[in-house]
Amino acid sequence: MSPAVRLVNVSRRFGSIRAVDDVTIDVVEGEFFAMLGPSGSGKTTCLRLIAGFEQPNKGHIEIFGETAEGVPPYKRNVNTVFQDYALFPHMTVGENVAYGLKIKGVSRADREAKAKDALAMVKLAGYEDRRPAQLSGGQRQRVALSRALVNGPKVLLLDEPLGALDLKLREQMQEELRALQKELGITFVFVTHDQGEALSMADRVAIFKDGRIVQVGSPADVYERPQSRFVADFVGSSNVLSPAFASSHGGAAKWTSLRPEKVGVFPAGALASAENAHADGDIKMINYQGSVTRFAVEAEDMRITAELRGDAGSFNEGDSVRLIWPLSAMVTMEDEA
Amino acid sequence: MSQVASAEAGGEGVLDKISDVLIARPKLLTLLLLLPPLLWIGIVYVGSLFALLLQSFYSLDYFSGLIVHEFTLSTYKQLLEEANFQIILRTVTMAALVTLACSIIAFPIAYYAARYARGWTKAFFYLAVMMPLWSSYLVKVYAWKLILAKEGIVTWLAESVHLSWLLNGILALPVIGGPSLSFSYIGTFLVFVYVWIPYMILPIQAALERVPTNYIEASADLGATPKQTFWTVIFPLALPGVVAGSIFTFSLTLGDYIIPQIVGNSRLFIGQAVYTLQGTAGNIPLAAAFTVVPMIIMGFYLWMAKRMGAFDVL
Repeated sequence: MSPAVRLVNVSRRFGSIRAVDDVTIDVVEGEFFAMLGPSGSGKTTCLRLIAGFEQPNKGHIEIFGETAEGVPPYKRNVNTVFQDYALFPHMTVGENVAYGLKIKGVSRADREAKAKDALAMVKLAGYEDRRPAQLSGGQRQRVALSRALVNGPKVLLLDEPLGALDLKLREQMQEELRALQKELGITFVFVTHDQGEALSMADRVAIFKDGRIVQVGSPADVYERPQSRFVADFVGSSNVLSPAFASSHGGAAKWTSLRPEKVGVFPAGALASAENAHADGDIKMINYQGSVTRFAVEAEDMRITAELRGDAGSFNEGDSVRLIWPLSAMVTMEDEA
Repeated sequence: MSQVASAEAGGEGVLDKISDVLIARPKLLTLLLLLPPLLWIGIVYVGSLFALLLQSFYSLDYFSGLIVHEFTLSTYKQLLEEANFQIILRTVTMAALVTLACSIIAFPIAYYAARYARGWTKAFFYLAVMMPLWSSYLVKVYAWKLILAKEGIVTWLAESVHLSWLLNGILALPVIGGPSLSFSYIGTFLVFVYVWIPYMILPIQAALERVPTNYIEASADLGATPKQTFWTVIFPLALPGVVAGSIFTFSLTLGDYIIPQIVGNSRLFIGQAVYTLQGTAGNIPLAAAFTVVPMIIMGFYLWMAKRMGAFDVL
């Protein structure tokens, strides 16, 4: 079976800028695929290539086995939820949702019924006659979602759809989107710069940097086994250990990632077992964050962050401590040493 | 804090005291600032308009040539007389046709400028649209008279490409034809369209530029072909711009008295009628009544335009 979306060696240049540079992805049918990266990393351009708003300079795009390059957006069986929703201001909410059906020539009664259902699906039943301007940001987002879904696309493209919402609403929408995707079984391709969002929602995450994909994998994969310093740093926070430091503490002589929550803080001289590595140092800073407390410890010329549940306990800034972490928590990365 | 302020204010000059009073009373300050423009608008602008309105309710004693200062509607009744009503009808028809032609010609130009022109083409567009506005209106109209005259470039061009028969055929048309283009309604119409078209292009362009690209992308994404997108998304969103532009072209044509006097046959338009009546004829009441006609038409037009949301674009 062909993948829902396939990009093969796709490049898109704007002048001398390579927005998307030799990207190859297979998005499996029915999966929630996140494209994660900082702004300007090419993830949105990649989405626009799939939607058809951009054409590749090089490479090949397939949507369900059909060649997509050269095919205009209105002939592709994908729909997009835009970052700022792009609801038509001169139409009511109902007309916005029914727009795609109207274009397809669905009868008025039919499309009104379908639009009604689509609005009910996003919990906006009864909002048909309002104007987009009368809705809140979260409601507009839902209208945009139902306007796309009512067409029954095989792939739904979402361009940072939650970016403009406040935190509470965003978390709620994350859950709803995830539930909706499971329920409908449609392939979602989701662009975000928020690593938490990507990790919590996606089945697989592709991490973009400078127009290229640097790593693809499940959220756990990407988080637990970052292959590069960039990924280790961008997805969550990480201690990047130098090759010298790593090799003298039981690791390989390579750049190594060590997640702060894997590092334990103990009084100086505490015993470490054979499966564990340790380093001695002084607490430079204690940063209480509610559910966790972060310690910045200067140990053997490395500044290592450790994260403990709860408060700082009896530790104070300036204390000499021993950091202990499992050898297995050290993840060797592929960067050049 | 206030003690310090009052202590400082105490020993200072008159200006400081005034400024203290004004800062303490922002409303007084606003009133003082607004007074001169309010007086200007109130007396010079609205006042003279009111005087004009008042005049239109007087009448002229045709025997003595004196104005009878008594309230009457007889002057307005005169507007409905055949000759006068023809003037109104002629002017309104011309204004409507000029507006229609301007919007049809202006839309593609504005569309190109808003959606395709970039860099130097955009600069060229602005220059091309605005430059005629920098030169004298009279010069432009006289230039057109020469262009359209029997000895002018249009006739010459028609002769050189052996299309004189076409030009003569057009001039032979009843009502709109005439001895030459510069002595016909066609000529008047052409010059009106030329002179007012920038006022149509610019609001349409502004309206089109405010249609975000992602509306167009969203429409395409939902399956609409470019043509469908144009009629369902772009045009409806640009329509207020067309209405705003038509307010200019319509009202400017309604009130103009120079163009039909220089280019056209000798039949009067409202502006010329007013000019003649208040001058040589000395019939101020009828002139005033004539002036009220475009005001009423425009009032109605603006009300309609407001309902269409045309002023959101201005």
